Amino acid sequence: MQIYLPIAEVSVNAFLLLGLGGLVGVLSGMFGVGGGFLMTPLLFFIGIPPAVAVATEANQIVASSFSGVLAHLRRKTVDLKMGMVLLAGGLVGAAIGVRIFKALKEIGQVELLVTLCYVVFLGVVGGLMFIESLRALRRSRNPMAKLPPRKHHSWVHGLPFKMRFRQSQLYISAIPPLVIGASVGVLAAIMGVGGGFIMVPAMIYILGMPTKVVVGTSLFQIIFVTGFTTLMHATQNFTVDAVLAVLLLIGGVIGAQIGAQLGVRLRAEQLRILLAIMVLGVCAKLLFDLVLEPSELFSIGEAGH
Amino acid sequence: MIRVLLILCLMAPTALAEEVVGALSQNRVAITANFDGSEIFVFGAVKRVAPVPDDAQPLHVVVTIQGPDERVTVRRKERWFGIWVNRDSIEVDQAPSFYTIATTGPLEEIMSATERLRYGIGFDRVVRLVGAPDTVSDPRAFTAAIVRINKDNGLYNQLDGSIELSDETLFSTNVALPSNLVEGDYKTAMYLLRGGDVVNVSRTVIEVRKAGLERFIYTMAHERPLLYGILSIMVALAAGWGASEAFRLLRR
Repeated sequence: MQIYLPIAEVSVNAFLLLGLGGLVGVLSGMFGVGGGFLMTPLLFFIGIPPAVAVATEANQIVASSFSGVLAHLRRKTVDLKMGMVLLAGGLVGAAIGVRIFKALKEIGQVELLVTLCYVVFLGVVGGLMFIESLRALRRSRNPMAKLPPRKHHSWVHGLPFKMRFRQSQLYISAIPPLVIGASVGVLAAIMGVGGGFIMVPAMIYILGMPTKVVVGTSLFQIIFVTGFTTLMHATQNFTVDAVLAVLLLIGGVIGAQIGAQLGVRLRAEQLRILLAIMVLGVCAKLLFDLVLEPSELFSIGEAGH
Repeated sequence: MIRVLLILCLMAPTALAEEVVGALSQNRVAITANFDGSEIFVFGAVKRVAPVPDDAQPLHVVVTIQGPDERVTVRRKERWFGIWVNRDSIEVDQAPSFYTIATTGPLEEIMSATERLRYGIGFDRVVRLVGAPDTVSDPRAFTAAIVRINKDNGLYNQLDGSIELSDETLFSTNVALPSNLVEGDYKTAMYLLRGGDVVNVSRTVIEVRKAGLERFIYTMAHERPLLYGILSIMVALAAGWGASEAFRLLRR
């Protein structure tokens, strides 16, 4: 069934969108990632204009992360205070990100920046995940090997403006969470992602937060940052497509539930390797498109406003 | 001088006073949620008061459908540190979003160059570049790119010989409007030709408009962006909450 998207101004198959939403939803339910970093490039591949894909994906992430955070709130695994600090940084970052996006859209380089961001981050995250899960797989075969000890005191603990985060059992400076929040906010606006795949490792390895509150807290601040990004894209760039968002989030929400069920039954290390390979695959495809000579060197865009 | 004489000679048959009476299967196209392109049946008849003389040149018909003009920016990629990046760009003042020429024969043969120029028929006539910046060496390549890309997307078409003409009186053709259509007035013109010259023209307009939900969403996104943004977020939050609650119920 073809459906005409009013803002993207293209006609696409509704079941394809539902399917994509579902597929990415399954993955996000299984691995606890937002899935935006896979969905946005997939939307590029099916011919949604990048500007619309990025803005609309931000809107979809509001839905999936809200659904997720409710579950975490019930389990009391959200550090609201830390979330607020991350959020304060995140909103500033998102405002900057949308402005960068708008400026680049006008000079015709937005596609390049978005693609480059994707290549770099998908490459790094996919690569790290691949290595990490290979190690974990090896460790599970050899139970005698020890886990490397977690560092409890790093340079982060020496900065001023200390705050107490009771839920995370931390007494650290507010600067690192603000900076992390802001950088993820910029990425969220430019790449149309929630940024969970960067936020989660940063919270664990830089801030030293306990793993059980990381996902909930990250989701909590992602709702607000992506909500704000949606609003900024809607008012400044007019690129949020409500029909596209609804189709994606119906698929995504159902897929996420299936994924959560599947994730419990399957082996985590092998799944992570699969996810890593998929992330690297998307990255490689985007990289090839940048490096290989395109069949059409010219592109048509809207005239500058 | 010879050309002027030639034109005058060729003009003689216009005394025939032939008139084209054209019609379209639809004058309005509504882009609704399930819009998947549309087909317009263009047909018409030739009205004449006197019979066609035996020595008259054969009759030909050209139909053009032209979408709303847009100002577009064309960018060219160049290799830069190993990757392909948009470098030169040209703003093209006028390029129709859709353009189809349907004819009864090869356009260059049935319509003289002067007439094509006068009536602005042909891709090189409708895609217009008024002033190109000096920094770009070959602005023609950019306008050619517009035509090429739009042809690939099914937005520009030249359908030579697609019009059926019977007894020099009745003609008909189908023009496909693709699904990636933009809103606006699509100017339709039907030209009657003899010996390369236009004998008569009939013009009409096809109104292409978003309708229903598509209209509503598009208007709201552009006229009340703040409200639209807030509503989009509310819908997302409602869906997220709904999913969470539904799943909780399912689990019990």
